[in-house]
Amino acid sequence: MAAITMKNIVKQYGDGFPAVNDVSLDVQDGEFMILVGPSGCGKSTLLRMIVGLEDITSGEMKIADRVVNKVAPRQRNLSMVFQNYALYPHLTVFENIAFPLRLAKKPDEEVRRRVTETAELLELTEHLERKPANLSGGQRQRVAMGRAIVRQADAFLFDEPLSNLDAKLRGQMRAEISRLQRRLGVTTVYVTHDQTEAMTLGDRVAVLRKGVLQQVGSPRELYEEPANLFVAGFIGSPSMNFLPATLDSSAEGTFLETPLGRFGLPDKITAAEIGDRDVVLVGIRPEHFEDASLVSEEKRARGTVVQAHVDVTEWLGNELYAYVPYEAPEDLAAQLRDLSRELDSDQLRTQAVVALDPASMISEGQEAELWIDTSRAHIFDPATGENLTRDEERVAALGRQAEQARLRQRQAQAGQAPTGQAGNGATQAKPDQEPPTSPD
Amino acid sequence: MDTARSRWLWLIGALLILLWTLLPTLWIVSLSFKQPGEVGNVKGFLPKDWTWQNYETVFDTSIFTSALINSIGISLIATVIGVTFATLVAYAIARLEFPGKRAILSFALAIAMFPVVSLVGPLFDLWRNIGLYDTWPGLIIPYISFALPLAIWTLSAFFREIPWEMEQAAQVDGATTWQAFRKVIVPLAAPGVFTAAILTFFFCWNDFVFGISLTSTDNARPVPAALAFFTGASQFEQPTTAICAAAVVVTIPVVVIVLLFQRRIVAGLTSGAVKG
Repeated sequence: MAAITMKNIVKQYGDGFPAVNDVSLDVQDGEFMILVGPSGCGKSTLLRMIVGLEDITSGEMKIADRVVNKVAPRQRNLSMVFQNYALYPHLTVFENIAFPLRLAKKPDEEVRRRVTETAELLELTEHLERKPANLSGGQRQRVAMGRAIVRQADAFLFDEPLSNLDAKLRGQMRAEISRLQRRLGVTTVYVTHDQTEAMTLGDRVAVLRKGVLQQVGSPRELYEEPANLFVAGFIGSPSMNFLPATLDSSAEGTFLETPLGRFGLPDKITAAEIGDRDVVLVGIRPEHFEDASLVSEEKRARGTVVQAHVDVTEWLGNELYAYVPYEAPEDLAAQLRDLSRELDSDQLRTQAVVALDPASMISEGQEAELWIDTSRAHIFDPATGENLTRDEERVAALGRQAEQARLRQRQAQAGQAPTGQAGNGATQAKPDQEPPTSPD
Repeated sequence: MDTARSRWLWLIGALLILLWTLLPTLWIVSLSFKQPGEVGNVKGFLPKDWTWQNYETVFDTSIFTSALINSIGISLIATVIGVTFATLVAYAIARLEFPGKRAILSFALAIAMFPVVSLVGPLFDLWRNIGLYDTWPGLIIPYISFALPLAIWTLSAFFREIPWEMEQAAQVDGATTWQAFRKVIVPLAAPGVFTAAILTFFFCWNDFVFGISLTSTDNARPVPAALAFFTGASQFEQPTTAICAAAVVVTIPVVVIVLLFQRRIVAGLTSGAVKG
């Protein structure tokens, strides 16, 4: 077990393109760190630099206080699960899992004991003599994990390990990985582009964009106090709505003039902070909209009610999505389009996606009254993308809270370690109960 | 179109082609069982009196037996050395970035296309001067140099098929580059290595031009060249049947090898390496 420290890491390819640019990141001992970002953001490259499969152009990579910039992968004592598992097809499951131990020249007896233990942990015991070609996708995934955990590695690295599984299996394996990491308490770096994995698995999440680190924090911090426009748009699904707004100061106070209507400035920002910016972007999450007729009087006062034309609705049973198109100035519309393209969600028109109570009777093509919880809105500088309403105190508080939760969990884990393990695994983990119909 | 009918047409077509290609082989086999005097005198495709006499003659003559030993020895040594080199070269070409990579590949291709006959004259002179004429190495060296390009191209195609991750996984698991190559890449490339080895072996085994021109005695003369030196029982008798018997004998190993390794050549071992 070890901490991983990255200092000003740069990866430049032959043509001078920086795939990873000046990333500094601390992964603490035993922490579960997620690297997330749209495709091509450099998250996999960063992971491969940690494990040593990619050279570091400049900067310093430390594992357990040892500088490893020039250390070969095999001497870093890390283990990795590849996206396509990279199992050795000519070896049985047993030998696949035993491979790292065989290379370390461990005695036969120890190899057998540890492989058997690992196989039990992952419920692979009955498959030990089979070849990878004869296994299902989920089983192969577990073999790859077995190979990673069989030796006492300093850290586990996962490179989008679940992206090849179907949705149902992915959910099961997600829980499995989480449980395994908590139980073993090994430092883990996990690369994904999947929102759900990022939010549910990690102690902390690092968001990358074009090789530059945008923000590191607990999932909650990223969601509630995003550092900039990119993080705000990337975290959350459907993503945050961005409305262009101009500042309108009059006798009765300062207001934001948006395409959806006029509303009061959130408490956490003053007109002075917006300064002389002509236009700002107001970010409101879909769930902070509500059908005005379903909002109680006292709640209504916290926000603003606007008139909006609802274009399309989607009723999902537990939620109702409504699409509200709006007009935006040409240059801002182009900027928002670029942003949505970068977030891998090519949005063609400027429209707000709002999540309403499914009891709402708002239907398509209707003029509706929508209530907006403006106290939860964020305001961004369109030029720099910076979040002008980020509450540093709250960020610090959230950080402390997450850290404490992690420590508590680890203590609890350490307390019940030897005896609790087997029972836990047996009752909770039943990955073998894959539905027989699940495709491979 | 009626499927049953099309299947019949396919079957007939296949039989015709089979007959077309097998006829010369069958003819040689049939000739090898005829009496030496029967050729040219008695009409008919099949021998009138079946006889093993030709085979006995062939194995009794030292020309053939020593040639057989030469052929086997030279071909095997050339194959082993050639394929070993080709495996290493092909691995480097498929996996490593180094200057001159394209040059090596184009050179290999150029050598493969080079007309063999044009080299015979210079080699004959050179070999005689440095004492390689009529020796095993004198044949092994040109065989290797002509078999290498083919083997390199075949093998590098195979190596490229093996996912990079296999090797990277091995390295992360604690393997040195050499260990990763030996324990992961070579076993996965086994079908490719077999294919390359068999192709190389056939090339050496079937060669006639080098065999006839770079040898002069039983020291190193391989079978295809030795066949030309057969004589009949008397000067009035052509050695046709004996030559045919010898031809059958040298064809047998080729057929056996192909039958033995057919499955290995065809089977792709990599299935199941990555997600299915």
